[in-house]
Amino acid sequence: MHIIAHEGTVAARPKARSRWWRDAAGIALIAACGAAGFWLFPDNLALLTRIVAVALLVLSIDLIVGYCGVATLGQAALFGAGAYAAGIACVNGVTEPMTLIAIGAAAGAVAGLLMGAIMLRAHGLAQLVLSIAIVQLFHEAANKASAYTGGSDGLAGLMVSPLFGLFEFDLWGRTAYLMGLALLLLVFIALKFVVASPFGMLCRGIKQDPIRIRAMGAFVFPVLLKMFVISGAVAGMGGALAAISTQVVGLDSVSFELSANALVMLVLGGLGTLYGALVGTVIFMGFEHVVSAFNPFHWMTMVGALLIAVVLAAPGGLSSLMEKVSASKGRSS
Amino acid sequence: MSALFQVENLSKSFGGLAVSRDISLSMPAGERLALIGPNGAGKTTFVNLVTGQLKPSAGRVLLNGQDITQLGAVRRVRKGLVRTFQVTRLFSDLTPEEHVTLAVLQREGKATRILSRFHGNSHVADEVNGILATLGLHEVARRKVGQIAYGQQRLLEIAIALALKPKVLLLDEPAAGVPSADTPRIEQALERLPPSLAVLMIEHDMDLVFRFAKRVVVLAAGEIIFEGLPSEVAADPRVREAYLGNYANARSIA
Repeated sequence: MHIIAHEGTVAARPKARSRWWRDAAGIALIAACGAAGFWLFPDNLALLTRIVAVALLVLSIDLIVGYCGVATLGQAALFGAGAYAAGIACVNGVTEPMTLIAIGAAAGAVAGLLMGAIMLRAHGLAQLVLSIAIVQLFHEAANKASAYTGGSDGLAGLMVSPLFGLFEFDLWGRTAYLMGLALLLLVFIALKFVVASPFGMLCRGIKQDPIRIRAMGAFVFPVLLKMFVISGAVAGMGGALAAISTQVVGLDSVSFELSANALVMLVLGGLGTLYGALVGTVIFMGFEHVVSAFNPFHWMTMVGALLIAVVLAAPGGLSSLMEKVSASKGRSS
Repeated sequence: MSALFQVENLSKSFGGLAVSRDISLSMPAGERLALIGPNGAGKTTFVNLVTGQLKPSAGRVLLNGQDITQLGAVRRVRKGLVRTFQVTRLFSDLTPEEHVTLAVLQREGKATRILSRFHGNSHVADEVNGILATLGLHEVARRKVGQIAYGQQRLLEIAIALALKPKVLLLDEPAAGVPSADTPRIEQALERLPPSLAVLMIEHDMDLVFRFAKRVVVLAAGEIIFEGLPSEVAADPRVREAYLGNYANARSIA
């Protein structure tokens, strides 16, 4: 028995190392794609920044849908909480961009705590309906509190100071994009650690069978609530980034439509990998951009067709397709 | 002799239907007790009452002399009252190693940590390897549970329970659904359970019951109709009567 235990610990090393390399390569690839976007599409940096902001939102949905199995159609409530918090702070004199991102994260985390505390009381379909109700309430609150939020006109006139006092937010959106890309990479790395932690494994267990997790002596509710707070912070940072880069916060940032689109992006890319969230966002928004220019009236039809094709051909999302390809390569080599 | 685990006058009724009636049991440390009974006797209800999935209508459950009747299922596990499931409840895309690691981390209060690696703790890994090796699961430790044999999944249920270092272990039909060729492995695992552990086994397989248990309790229509040695159970007229309604069970007990 002793010998076996010894063998086990020795064998553990190469596996852990290969996993580490895979993640390092994945992160390097994301950075490379981001940099390529910067050089290839210098005129579309505003769109790319928007993609980065929405990618943070989709990542935040992956945390609770992909890792915890809690379905939500109201995640934009957390994105909007971050956007409005950063926007309101900005028009009230807090103009340092990193502080605004932190404010967005904090507001998103608080909203996540609230949303989780409400949603986790219910299960299944009722939970999904609650998430829609919450985003609608947030939307209505933002609409009614026009003294602070600008209501349906939006909150305009955000004057953000230069990043670290050095880099102005220029007309082409270079600073905003590079800041957003750096933020996305940092968040992605942090989330890779979160999902590889004991907490992340506990969440995966809860997703599959909460009764088994309870029989192991672990409480389910506080774990899920904690994930809602983390998820809220990530979505809130996305909202703050959108506010900083566009210098305006509109009611669409707390809309049901954004929530639903973001969930579609996640399903398109694949759940529970974090990579899928990024792939889905880029494909969906890139496709939307290209097709809406090509045919402004029927682009949503084509997005629908794309989604159906992906769901039928790769039920696990586009990232699972890549996994399959790399797995079959691994087998043949 | 002081009882490690006690059930006192436990009753449960749904509306007017009594499914558990005045059940009392007492188990010292090291006990090997089998709970048997025909289908619908209320065995599963009893397990659910004891583990806290159901609230009893009356009666008490005591662990180490402490009344745990009001505690929820999770707190009872933390006090050392652990169960396995009749139909395995495992995570199909995780490995046995990951299951047992999660259980050990939970027991040590480290399962909710965000700022550490799941596989990062070498003394946890050693303990996990030890548990898997004892149960003969070391060869499949890194395979996804969905890809291992059902008999091995049953052993993993036991491994998870042992990783929680229980004082009292409830085995809900540990050999159910296992091909007969694999039952010796389950039996071997049961023989190797820690000697101080009090084990309550619910089982249909009478051969297994007779080999494992030192004491047998028969439940029928929600109440205890027999309590005694395995060798006496088949001869008891009340037990025979309770089982006669059911051919398969009547044959297996004869």
